[in-house]
Amino acid sequence: MSKYTERIYNGIVKENPTFILMLGMCPTLAVTTSAFNGMGMGLSTMVVLVASNLLISMLRRIIPDKVRIPAYIVVVATLVTVVQLLIQAFIPALYDALGLYIPLIVVNCIILGRAESYASKNPPVVSACDGIGMGLGFTLALTLIGFFRELIGAGTILSGTPLAVTLPEIYEPIAIFVLAPGAFLVLALIIATLNALHIKNNGNKKVEGCDGNCASCSGLSRCLSEQEKQGVE
Amino acid sequence: MNDLLNVSSSPHVRGKATTRSIMYDVLIALLPATAFSVYRFGLYPLAIVLVSMLAAVLTEYLYEKGTKRRVTIADGSAAVTGLLLALNLPSTIPLWIPVLGSVFAILVVKQLFGGIGQNFMNPALAARCFLLISFTGRMTTFSVDSVTGATPLAVLKSGGQVDIVSMLIGNTGGTIGEISTIAVLVGAVYLLARKVISWLIPVSYIGTFVVCLVLFGGHGLDVNFILGHLCGGGLMLGAWFMATDYVTTPITKNGKIVFGVLIGVLTCVFRLFGGSAGGVSYAIILGNLCVPLIEKVTMPKAFGWEGKQS
Repeated sequence: MSKYTERIYNGIVKENPTFILMLGMCPTLAVTTSAFNGMGMGLSTMVVLVASNLLISMLRRIIPDKVRIPAYIVVVATLVTVVQLLIQAFIPALYDALGLYIPLIVVNCIILGRAESYASKNPPVVSACDGIGMGLGFTLALTLIGFFRELIGAGTILSGTPLAVTLPEIYEPIAIFVLAPGAFLVLALIIATLNALHIKNNGNKKVEGCDGNCASCSGLSRCLSEQEKQGVE
Repeated sequence: MNDLLNVSSSPHVRGKATTRSIMYDVLIALLPATAFSVYRFGLYPLAIVLVSMLAAVLTEYLYEKGTKRRVTIADGSAAVTGLLLALNLPSTIPLWIPVLGSVFAILVVKQLFGGIGQNFMNPALAARCFLLISFTGRMTTFSVDSVTGATPLAVLKSGGQVDIVSMLIGNTGGTIGEISTIAVLVGAVYLLARKVISWLIPVSYIGTFVVCLVLFGGHGLDVNFILGHLCGGGLMLGAWFMATDYVTTPITKNGKIVFGVLIGVLTCVFRLFGGSAGGVSYAIILGNLCVPLIEKVTMPKAFGWEGKQS
């Protein structure tokens, strides 16, 4: 695997921003009322993420260390404004559905997180690939959550797209799933399923420096890479 | 908690209470309310109760078998959850709703958090709120003698007068278990006499509720208004049977009082200022969420630790 495809694989599977890193929870929980909305949010974020990773990586030797965060914000906010105007002009339905959450992409911690931890230390092309990977991982996760919430909570599949299917009348939608509690339920159940699969495939190994209390641990990616090292040994 | 500190030397007298005996006592205590609803609405509520209990027990059995855990259906806790959920449903609800609610209560609220003793909120109430949010129309349509009418609480909310005597007996609209205040109180007296529940939470709950009602209800000491609120809705059922759940309420004495006061204020706020007429379920599950904090604050200090931060 070249380092470019490795970045993409890393973003989608190994360090999936939603299910593994648990970043950007606010848009994840708020806009995934349907698969279409989730995908729209994911793709808008991805466009901003790829462009901001590319720009910040190219500017990484110019931006002074002390003011790097404001500098990143300026870059990201510019890109978000561009994306917002584009969505408003070409996909007004999505613009109405996402509303306030489009400008809020500026403060999405995935974007700042990748700028800080990856793009500011790596060359432009590989940083852009990192953005594509993370963006795709985010988009897939949001679409998946939106798909289940829409299916259970509204009784429709892919509404808002040409492939829309409505379940027969006999199914009465469980409305709580398109409301806020449903977002937490679906997200938690998906993460629990993924963790169960992960443990089944890799075993529940104890990592050095880990007291087994994952709730108080912030270094999940470190944890996973440690696990991998131990696996190699 | 002072009596806890008086530990004599061994041998100790052991209590006879087990999870099983407690749960069976609760089931017995709920019989009057269930029996009354059958007398009042016919056999259909009985079907709801049985289906709900069966679904709860079956879900617990299948989950514990599937995950190779110890099967705990014999202790009766799943049956109590199913019964409490059924008592919180309208008497004309289609049978798939109690099934859905019981599965949610046992699977999501109880088993996914670790099974009996580990659930963070009352499973029956969580399922009731789940159903209430999802199927608001079905869950708030109450009919008496095939006539759909406003519940006493809705009448009170719109400023009307209610007939207290018929509310005590149960000639009003409402969910299966809450209509007859007397039937609920008979069960509560049984539980108190068997020392299954302590009076601390219900009394502090109802007391706080009355005080708040007098202060903020806008009717002052209007007896009809206060009694109507006490007998109406799920207040009595909630106070005696759900706010006294062992798992989801504080174990410390002071904690119990704090918990009662908290849900009393919350119930009053929801009923007087909230959008819907009832608010007991939401008040109790919000109270459940505060229990770890309440216990942390009210934990009695061990002898010798006075004044130190433990």
